[in-house]
Amino acid sequence: MANKRYAYYSGCSLEGTAVEYDKSVRLIFDALGVDYIEPEDWSCCGSTPAHTIDHVFAAALAARNLSIIEKMGLDTVAVPCPACLMAFKKAQYFMEKDETFKEKVNELLDEKYNCGVYAKSTLQVLYEDVGLDEITKRVTHVIPDMKVAPYYGCITNRPPKLAQFDDPENPISMDKILSAIGIEVCDFAFKVECCGAAFGVPKKDMVNRLSAKVISMAIEAGANCIAVACPLCQQNLDLRQEQINKTTGSNFNIPVLYFTQIMGLAYGYSPKELGLDKLIVSADNFVHSRLTKEQHELLKQEQEKGKKKEVKKQETQEEENP
Amino acid sequence: MRVGVFICHCGNNIAGTVDVKAVAEAIRKIPGVAYATTYMYTCSEPGQDEIKQAIKDHNLNRIVVAACSPRMHELTFRKTVEKAGLNRYYFEMANIREHISWIGEDKEANTKKAIDVVKMAVAKVMQDRPLYSSSFRINKRVLVIGGGVAGMQAALDCADGGLEVVLVEKSPSIGGMMSRLDKTFPTIDCSICILGPKMVDVAQHDKIKLYAYSEIDEIKGYVGNYQIKIRKKATYVDWTKCTGCGACMEKCPSRNAYDYFNFGVAPTKAINIPFPQAIPKKAKIDPNYCRHFTKGKCGVCAKICPTKAINYEMQDEIVTEEVGAIIVATGYSLLDLEKLPEYGGGRYPDVISGIQYERLLNASGPTAGHILRPSDHIEPKTIVFVSCAGSRDKSIGIPYCSNFCCMYIAKQAILTKDHIPDSQSYVFYMDIRSPGKGYDEFTRRAQEDYGVKYIRGRVSRIYPKGKKMVVKGVDTLLGSQVEIEADLVVLGTAVLSNPDAAHLAEKLHISYDTFGFYVESHPKLRPVETNTSGVFLAGACQGPKDIPASVGQGSAAASKVLALFSKDMLESDPAVAKVDINKCIGCLKCVRTCPFQAIKDKELRDGRIVADVIETVCAGCGVCTSTCPCGAIQLQHFTDNQLLAEVNALCLA
Repeated sequence: MANKRYAYYSGCSLEGTAVEYDKSVRLIFDALGVDYIEPEDWSCCGSTPAHTIDHVFAAALAARNLSIIEKMGLDTVAVPCPACLMAFKKAQYFMEKDETFKEKVNELLDEKYNCGVYAKSTLQVLYEDVGLDEITKRVTHVIPDMKVAPYYGCITNRPPKLAQFDDPENPISMDKILSAIGIEVCDFAFKVECCGAAFGVPKKDMVNRLSAKVISMAIEAGANCIAVACPLCQQNLDLRQEQINKTTGSNFNIPVLYFTQIMGLAYGYSPKELGLDKLIVSADNFVHSRLTKEQHELLKQEQEKGKKKEVKKQETQEEENP
Repeated sequence: MRVGVFICHCGNNIAGTVDVKAVAEAIRKIPGVAYATTYMYTCSEPGQDEIKQAIKDHNLNRIVVAACSPRMHELTFRKTVEKAGLNRYYFEMANIREHISWIGEDKEANTKKAIDVVKMAVAKVMQDRPLYSSSFRINKRVLVIGGGVAGMQAALDCADGGLEVVLVEKSPSIGGMMSRLDKTFPTIDCSICILGPKMVDVAQHDKIKLYAYSEIDEIKGYVGNYQIKIRKKATYVDWTKCTGCGACMEKCPSRNAYDYFNFGVAPTKAINIPFPQAIPKKAKIDPNYCRHFTKGKCGVCAKICPTKAINYEMQDEIVTEEVGAIIVATGYSLLDLEKLPEYGGGRYPDVISGIQYERLLNASGPTAGHILRPSDHIEPKTIVFVSCAGSRDKSIGIPYCSNFCCMYIAKQAILTKDHIPDSQSYVFYMDIRSPGKGYDEFTRRAQEDYGVKYIRGRVSRIYPKGKKMVVKGVDTLLGSQVEIEADLVVLGTAVLSNPDAAHLAEKLHISYDTFGFYVESHPKLRPVETNTSGVFLAGACQGPKDIPASVGQGSAAASKVLALFSKDMLESDPAVAKVDINKCIGCLKCVRTCPFQAIKDKELRDGRIVADVIETVCAGCGVCTSTCPCGAIQLQHFTDNQLLAEVNALCLA
């Protein structure tokens, strides 16, 4: 890990509604020794609003940032937000494949982009480049009560042609990372189902219904917490949970954390450092039940002793009253 | 040299985009061309008569026909010129249809190209030499590869026609896919009840020699004289002693072997007889699961066997058979559920394939004919069938229709209602394809009499919710999304070619398509022949096919073999390689490159070593010709001089 330096493109959400995602990603990167640098003067990635109007324009917005990173001499950009990730991957894919498209895009740019930068999700950097062994080594704390449903959202690893990472229908990278830090992971069938995405503004009810399904499937799978990797998923499931309850008559109260926040809890960071105070549905109970590894070990030993005593008691009772 | 050239209109097929009159006019000017004309349909009887008449009237001694592909009519016209008294190799065909008129719209350019192509044929025909076939004896035995219903039908028809048949089946029993089916559409006949007697006929026919659990190792030779090496795979049971009593299977402690016959819907024992009607009804050990092989100790079956048939030391055995023709009937395989991740990719036990469901319906299947879902052995009440699971899906490289899924899904839905009267079945479909006799009536019966709910649309996702499987899809007739909570989901998985189809095709020298299905000689007129003389096709190895079509092809292939064997001698093709011993330096490079082992070394009386071609083995591929450093070995009818004459005609004009 020591040799590789990543550009880190946080994107607009991570400066606003998802500031806790930014905080926790940086903490985790620091903890695991990922060398990253934020490019100066980065701008919009060109996601949804741009690419629904004009593909060349959207690609130019993405390529402007990639071109800055290229000038910095870096070849990989770590991207926490899936929308930014796909905007970059899409621009890269079509500019590499289609020379005339590349020319059209470059015409809009002051600094031409030569297609030398590859985007990776934060998830991919942690899973593939850092590796599960390193992730496990850094663990200091145990959250014994947490049962998590890993929710990847629709575009973290799709479409497969662009994403080139993990399984498009049944991804496992986040499952593996969370297992590696000692969290119980539920078998969750809705890992990549749609949360309603950006339709919260024009079609609020639809988003509420779709998000309600994701939450209810997570609860049905036995989860008491949902892990996400996308600011928009987090917003729909957490910020709108009250709305969802009103629309669908449900009574959900399940915390929705970024997977990096959960990692942070296992690495011993404080709730404040991880921005847990930004969550609408509180995750405080996990903070309270969190134990250091040593405490957890002691507790386990005591419980086992207790069990043994009980067994002995029963045996002696049986002997006394045959 | 008096060349006659006949240019065919082929109705409008050629004349529509080639000015045939202009071609005739241009060709007439070539020195040596004594006669050139055009005709509406040269291949018709009056057309052929005109060639014969012109040969007589104009004293022609070389003929060129400019028409369709030589693969279509070369033989027709060779016979025509032969009847008029010329050697059949004094004939050339110029393809101005497939290569010109069908592919270009510019009439002027087409005409110019047609003139060039006919010029080349004229130049070649002037260089042609008369060639004469020799005849050779044929071995009137036939090899049938694959013991499914198509192969069995072919074997029985050949044997009934008096031929000796060698039947090779790779699995431990004959019967193929049909022996796994419960009932057959549209008559709801019990499958094994109609197949079983045929299987017994195969076993008891004194003209059929059956090699079960065997594969083709090597094929040498040519039509009329093949040498086949057959690998009898080790079963670890001496089949001459095994009586099929089944005591070993009962006592075997290894209970978790994969059941190939039941497509893994339930486990079997490490030593097993695949099904009660198996032919031969003999036990076989699966060394991947047998404790003797995996752990080095057990030996229960050896102790229990009353005839001492168990032999853990058994090795594969190679036997050689000589035959004169081969019928390929290797069948098909099915798409693995892993390729359908949106349907769970095989992770959910209650999402199964159609063939697995067939085994659940079957009285000799793992549930003894009671429909019990694999996860908890509870009778399902809501069953969803998904047709086109993988078929007609370009995104996974299967653009074709799998032919029989619509029908068996309708059958399975009907049988489900019979088994569980208070059940409800749903079928998601793209189109209902039921073009056979009585087929459409059958699918209507499923809907109208059995209350099966047909939903036109695709399923996007299948996921578990509690004990149910939720099937999420679209109803394109209502224009709405649907979600059905099912107890069991059955996928009509796509039909694929066999995984080793390409490998076998290379041994047979036959062609196969992108999907591994074998290619017939002509899609309409030669459906069971291949382009390799002596090799015939039957059943689903050529493309997805239901039982009647497979049986039909089995019989058709048999009749082709019987026709081939109705003669005692076959004529050899004289267009083979020939060595000029005066030029041959005896380097024998050709011996090493010949893919058919048709060239040997020969010592001349003066002690010189030269190459020598075995005419009957040579396939006329020409590889030796391009290998020879001194042009001593020449492919007759395609000699260097003949081909160069064509090139000159094109380039010097």
